[in-house]
Amino acid sequence: MKKFTKFVSLALASVLVISSFAGCGSKEESTATNDSQDAAETSESTGADTFKIGGIGPVTGGAAAYGTAVKNGIQLAVDEINAAGGINGKQIEYKFEDDEHNAEKAVNAYNTLKDWGMQLLIGTVTSAPCTAVVEKTKEDNMFQLTPSATAVESIQYDNAFRICFSDPNQGTESAKYIGENGLAEKIAVIYDSSDVYSSGIYANFAAEAENQPFEIVAAEAFTADSKTDFTVQLQKAKDANADMIFLPIYYQEASLILTQADKMGYKPSFFGCDGLDGILGVENFDAALAEGAMLLTPFTAGAEDDATQAFVTAYEEAFGETPIQFAADAYDCVYAIKAAIESANVTPDMSVSDICDALKTAMTEITMDGLTGSGITWSADGEPSKEAKAVVIENGEYKVM
Amino acid sequence: MSFISYLINGISLGSVYAIIALGYTMVYGIAKMLNFAHGDVIMIGAYVVLMGMTKAGLSPILAVLIAVIICTVLGVTVERVAYRPLRNAASPLAVLITAIGVSYLLQNLALLIFGANTQSFPTAIAWKGFSLAGGTLNISGETVITIAACIVIMVALTLFVQKTKQGQAMRAVSEDRGAAQLMGINVNGTIALTFAIGSALAAIAGVLLCSAYPSLTPYTGAMPGIKAFVAAVFGGIGSIPGALIGGILLGIIEIMGKAYISSQMADAIVFAVLIIVLLVKPTGLLGKNIQEKV
Amino acid sequence: MTNMTAKLKNINKTTKNNAVTYGIVIAAYVIVQLLIFSGNLSSLMKGLLVPLCTYAILAVSLNLVVGILGELSLGHAGFMCVGAFASAFFSKCMKDVITLVPLRFFLALVIGAAVAALFGILIGIPVLRLKGDYLAIVTLAFGEIIKNLVNVLYIGKDSNGFHFSMKDSMSLKLEPDGMIIVNGPQGITGTPNDSNFTISILLLLLTLFIIIRLVHSRDGRAIMAIRDNRIAAESVGINITKYKLMAFTISAALAGVAGVLYAHNLSTLTANTNNFGYNMSIMILVFVVLGGIGSLRGSMIAAVILTLLPELLRELADYRMLIYAIVLIVMMIFNWSPKSIQWREKNLAALKNKMKKGAQ
Repeated sequence: MKKFTKFVSLALASVLVISSFAGCGSKEESTATNDSQDAAETSESTGADTFKIGGIGPVTGGAAAYGTAVKNGIQLAVDEINAAGGINGKQIEYKFEDDEHNAEKAVNAYNTLKDWGMQLLIGTVTSAPCTAVVEKTKEDNMFQLTPSATAVESIQYDNAFRICFSDPNQGTESAKYIGENGLAEKIAVIYDSSDVYSSGIYANFAAEAENQPFEIVAAEAFTADSKTDFTVQLQKAKDANADMIFLPIYYQEASLILTQADKMGYKPSFFGCDGLDGILGVENFDAALAEGAMLLTPFTAGAEDDATQAFVTAYEEAFGETPIQFAADAYDCVYAIKAAIESANVTPDMSVSDICDALKTAMTEITMDGLTGSGITWSADGEPSKEAKAVVIENGEYKVM
Repeated sequence: MSFISYLINGISLGSVYAIIALGYTMVYGIAKMLNFAHGDVIMIGAYVVLMGMTKAGLSPILAVLIAVIICTVLGVTVERVAYRPLRNAASPLAVLITAIGVSYLLQNLALLIFGANTQSFPTAIAWKGFSLAGGTLNISGETVITIAACIVIMVALTLFVQKTKQGQAMRAVSEDRGAAQLMGINVNGTIALTFAIGSALAAIAGVLLCSAYPSLTPYTGAMPGIKAFVAAVFGGIGSIPGALIGGILLGIIEIMGKAYISSQMADAIVFAVLIIVLLVKPTGLLGKNIQEKV
Repeated sequence: MTNMTAKLKNINKTTKNNAVTYGIVIAAYVIVQLLIFSGNLSSLMKGLLVPLCTYAILAVSLNLVVGILGELSLGHAGFMCVGAFASAFFSKCMKDVITLVPLRFFLALVIGAAVAALFGILIGIPVLRLKGDYLAIVTLAFGEIIKNLVNVLYIGKDSNGFHFSMKDSMSLKLEPDGMIIVNGPQGITGTPNDSNFTISILLLLLTLFIIIRLVHSRDGRAIMAIRDNRIAAESVGINITKYKLMAFTISAALAGVAGVLYAHNLSTLTANTNNFGYNMSIMILVFVVLGGIGSLRGSMIAAVILTLLPELLRELADYRMLIYAIVLIVMMIFNWSPKSIQWREKNLAALKNKMKKGAQ
């Protein structure tokens, strides 16, 4: 036995060594452009001459679609800014780390980026990991801007800001919008009770619904472990005569719900939040099923303004798919940071903590026109103030209502 | 009325579990291993069909045939490379862990090749199904075909195992590998054949799963895989009719639990029923009670 | 007389073996502390210290069930989950009441371990009647039930005391001054970060000590007798249920300890498939099997290596998890395949001979 364990440890150790060597051999980071990589190499000797921006999100595991979109969205913005001469003449270096949608891995990713020399963090993409990481950025006083973590606690400290709406905001706004426009009388909610984002919106939607002229006739949950079959939830909505189904969930599950409702011959109207954006981008999805669905979202790839069109074209060219709202949020993050840096005259040679202090104030002073809203401003608690667009899907395209 | 519609939905969900469980139980019965990568072979099969139909414009039947071939090759290769070297390892757990490694491998391979985005699945089944009771009850074509496929496969497998020479060899290997070898049975060949059949079934299961629930990501196979494993144990792992019954019962319990108890606790209810069944009947519904030898 | 010396030699051998196990942990601690003081430890490694100990404790504790008791459990993460939530609940409630951190953490530890042990007993009684794969699937089922129930658990506190719901946060009907402590899928946020590397190492040593002592005690030998031959053990009057339950419960309590460490290392605690579901249970099993079933030191080392590996592979970007999977498969075949063991033994013997010849 003893001999055996010795072998085991020997074997394990050798494999580990080999694999870590392999790691060094094929360096393939998501650094920005070639110039910035050159700049990075020189910066190590001459002191910081580039802004080092880190990103964290899931690019493997069940939430990989969102993390990948954020990773690409940041990449696009960073490349654009670098090509146009950088921020105040300084190039940006960018590195993205995977957190597998897991709080513990997110902290590891954060520490990895810290070792790399990160000065600013864009992330994390999902709420629970973000709540864990914000604790660390608070300790280090590092500036953090999350594109898409919606939970209240995710930006609970003054060094953290977000681009997206918070859960309370989305839930309350949706209920108000439906109530004020008289879109429905009886509403059924289908939400993911194992997901922070979804249950957060649902709780706030239900709270606001009491002040609104409609009634929630059914609130049915599903979990991450049983999200293939939605017939029960739909049947209950149907039995309760709901004329609208509120879907505070992501588009993957929503696409299944729409398909199954159609198979059942049940045709209520559907209303969703920003997570629903992207449903038309699901490959091979029959867009006719989503006809008439409404969503309250800051961004849709179908918007006709020049900025959105240019972004969508560039994104499709670079990554071969239509951007979802996560990509737009991430893209806006980079430009928000750029605006704040320019406003506060931050330079890359400042310490992480000084940069953070400067940006903290600058964020509350800037006004930004981005893809996900125009005239966005931030309050000191990190929440953005911007208009959500109500969008309806018509003829297979998003139309602003 | 809604009870009947819940029942139908339960059966249709259960039939998908059942068809996955058939592959699980087949491999377990003969090779005595839990192939945790089975769910991921299903996912690969579904991707192959999807690519065949959308990118190459093949007919559904041709696409399924290609998927069956690719999955068979994949299954046999995995068995040869990753499982066979460990078949005589000191602990049967070694090969279980390797299967988990294979599962990660297939998921991440699919992630690299096909990307993380969800893809909707164009139904491979053109038939719309039929409706009863004046349109209030819909039975979709996918459900009918899945159940039909389940029954056909179950009968075919049973006949194969009972009547053919290879089937007899499988049963012999399952009962006593050493003795089978002494009798001149090619144990390696028999187990490889088992994996070939199991993986071919996985390809078919993949198509049916994604036709019924048209959403495909690299992780699509994982959860149904675990559920089907539960279904196989439920019915008595190793028993072919047990997999069918276990799968369908699991589907019905899941739907009924959601409908009448709590939709938040659907998973807990399914597992609680499983525990109760196993405590009453420790080898599953149709499992053989193995006498302990002293 | 010769018999006696042989026996003595034998005892010395096991003591030495155990001393090596403790020694590795202590040496690792000393090296890490030296690296920290000299400023040579990266942030990543610093952040990983507590998780590494957590997983080592989990692996060692599962080894008690899989290696020493000889039963396959796929629900170990469930006990970790129970320990984590019970202790985080306590710490969050007592955050402002008990300000003495070591005392608060010690109490949290006791609570986490005790609640996990209680669940160990409750689950162990029915489960241990089953055998083999059926036992495995039922432990998996219990793990999933625990995860599911934690996700629908809402507990709040206000001036009227505690409120409890299994539906949603609104049905708690809290007063305006109330605070939600456990918020369904959002879990517990704001647990104080009371764990640190020194505590974690001490707990790892304690875990090793408990299990090593158990294995060499009368009880431990009874447990191993059950593993090796249940019927023979029963015939000599060993109470099968009692000893099985004992091993299972101790293992659960130690998993609870790991859960306490986990909860007090991150400020947010949620229960999902990756941290407390079957994925984690399977991962712990991977540590145990890869490290060598029954070898405490092996599980510890395997846990450390498999936790470090994905972090060290980050440079590979998109290929990271793919390479990780391949390395796992290769390591399994290398460690377990009879052919590879044979090959290693042959080559190692040849090497030894060479060295001997060289020495002469």
